[in-house]
Amino acid sequence: MEHRDDIGAKLGMWVFIFTEILLFGGLFLVYAVMRGNYSADFHQAAHHLNAFIGTINTLVLLISSATVAMSITAVQKGNNRLAVILLMITLICAAIFMINKYFEWGHKFQIGLYPGSDLMITLNHGQVMFFSLYFFMTGLHMFHLVVGGIILTIVMIKVQSGTINSTRYVLLENGGLYWHLVDLIWIFLFPLLYLVT
Amino acid sequence: MTEEKTHHPEPSYLVDTGKYKGLMAWLTSTDHKRIGMMYMYAMMVFFVVGVLLGELMRLELFRPGQQFYGPQTYNGLFTIHGIIMIFTVVIPGLAAVFGNFSMPIMIGAKDVAFPRLNLFSFYLYILGAAIALSSQFMGNGPPDTGWTFYAPYSIQTHTNVVAAVFGAFVLGFSSILTGLNFIVTMHRMRAPGMTFFKMPLFPWSLYATAWIQVLATPIVGITLLMIVAERWLRIGFFDPSLGGDPVLYQHLFWIYSHPAVYIMILPAMGVITEIIPTFAQRKVFGYKAIAISSLAIALVGYFVWAHHMYTSGMSPTARWIFSLLTFLVAVPSAIKVFNWVTTMYKGSIDVKPPFLFALGFIFLFMIGGMTGLSLGALATNIHVHDTAYVVAHFHYIVFGGVGFAFFAAIHYWYPKMYGRMYNFKRANWSFAFLFAGFNLLYFPQFIIGIMGMPRRYFDYLPQFTFGMQLSFFGGILLLIGIVLMLTNLFSKKGAKAPDNPWGGKTYEWTIPSPPPVENFEVMPEMGENEQPYDYK
Repeated sequence: MEHRDDIGAKLGMWVFIFTEILLFGGLFLVYAVMRGNYSADFHQAAHHLNAFIGTINTLVLLISSATVAMSITAVQKGNNRLAVILLMITLICAAIFMINKYFEWGHKFQIGLYPGSDLMITLNHGQVMFFSLYFFMTGLHMFHLVVGGIILTIVMIKVQSGTINSTRYVLLENGGLYWHLVDLIWIFLFPLLYLVT
Repeated sequence: MTEEKTHHPEPSYLVDTGKYKGLMAWLTSTDHKRIGMMYMYAMMVFFVVGVLLGELMRLELFRPGQQFYGPQTYNGLFTIHGIIMIFTVVIPGLAAVFGNFSMPIMIGAKDVAFPRLNLFSFYLYILGAAIALSSQFMGNGPPDTGWTFYAPYSIQTHTNVVAAVFGAFVLGFSSILTGLNFIVTMHRMRAPGMTFFKMPLFPWSLYATAWIQVLATPIVGITLLMIVAERWLRIGFFDPSLGGDPVLYQHLFWIYSHPAVYIMILPAMGVITEIIPTFAQRKVFGYKAIAISSLAIALVGYFVWAHHMYTSGMSPTARWIFSLLTFLVAVPSAIKVFNWVTTMYKGSIDVKPPFLFALGFIFLFMIGGMTGLSLGALATNIHVHDTAYVVAHFHYIVFGGVGFAFFAAIHYWYPKMYGRMYNFKRANWSFAFLFAGFNLLYFPQFIIGIMGMPRRYFDYLPQFTFGMQLSFFGGILLLIGIVLMLTNLFSKKGAKAPDNPWGGKTYEWTIPSPPPVENFEVMPEMGENEQPYDYK
């Protein structure tokens, strides 16, 4: 029995996105409470983050979101080849983001600033909390980024093979929705961690 | 639609038609009916294990002082009893079993919206349960925190908390996906002509439940992940010695775990709303009021969590607001009770076993609900907080409410599930034992709770002995009732069931018992003037 319901599939994706937002919502709540408790420590600790790399990563993710959206239009217009190229750009952006994060995290680890390290124990409670939240939140975000990347890779292969085409592209739309979620969460993480000091 | 069909050309869902046979055919099936049944079998196993663990605690509490095992074992027992009963039995509970089995048929669909996701949810459920149970056999012994995993103790204890917490996380994921599936199913797959306000009320209650599952569960998911991170990485989110805030943990935990109570009870209320019109042969009274009260409970229930924390340290303003909201959530629950009772008024009541269990539900739920109000009041709460009174209250809701509704639902849909009847006389006897045993077990706990018996205590003062012993004997009666019920249902084949043994009006009674794989030979449509409960 062929049962196809694109609106239903998208509705399911939206509901899933609600759950993801609430998952991070719990963390934002913890962030808010801790920021209230330790505002001076948060102020100091936030200076250790590199706002420049953060800004680059924000731009990279925004571009990647735009290319996903464009790839959907391309498929709708029947131009699968262009859609594959656009998705490829998205994945390259994701890779750039990960590489930047690798250097950022790597630097923190190098100077001994990671959860459970000897240096962390000597810091104030509030600073420890800031760095813990930093690693926890960006770590969970990176996990979502990797999942999103895998989804988009599968979608890209299907666009390439023509399984996703101008009459049947809900999978690409859902993959795009998920990618926008990954982007959106970063849009909130970036100011909270890098800019608000 | 009610006439008896003499032969059913379509094979029933119990016959293997796919490429596998036997057990494999079940384990790989995406049929909502088979998935519902698999949940039911798994849940029954967990339920019996949980009951036996509870009885072991009663045995130890028979007399003051140590009888059979020490306090650490006792702490482990109430923890795993809670984890099993809450996370693997009552939270998935009626939604996973009867939501899967009956809901798609009741709205006139062939299956849920995402059948493969549905099977995936089931496997997540099994995986989560296995991880949670593995906490008993690995690491440094069974967790002893209670099912609430309160910080900072859950951070400091050397027992195997991480496995239990991670199991609960996976179980939560399974619950979210089931909720998501049901929301989409009810939005997209209702029979033509069946508007939302013509949908039967059990699906309605599942709809409200599904939204709570989707919107509340992620909060506990992230909280449990934070506990894991805190134990592994020494991050001090909740541990005050590292600058964390233990009250914050309690907030995050109850933001999910109070709505979770409504995840448990709403489908139970939905089942009762199906059973009462059927056996009273009356149109349900106040259809819209019942439907909307389900949503109201889901909505208000989201904002009452801190009534678990009156003694944890909160501002007086926060406390009275949460108390007010708690009283508010009682209103839609009471609306339902009034509607059930009014539906019976002037009905031609046929007291069959499902109806008996439904009556038992109303009685026990009312006691549970009323005592809940006394706990929601600030002044009395300070007196009975963390006493046996609380234990009695939530068992009246979770077991007296959800448990009895589960039994009612099994007795109601059993003929549809198996195409067989069961012995009514034995079912009535099992109800008598369950009902008497339940009250004898938990009612004394109210009284010794008010007298000052704390919950989760291994030992007690001599003045509580009589109450504890009454509870013990109640536990024995309850156990007899469970054995009677299970043997009645599952030990031998009953007579062949007709398609509509109870004279029900919803769609599941218009199709053969057991249903064919695709549920309907002709897809149903709802006429302009049709209503879901067209009795007299």
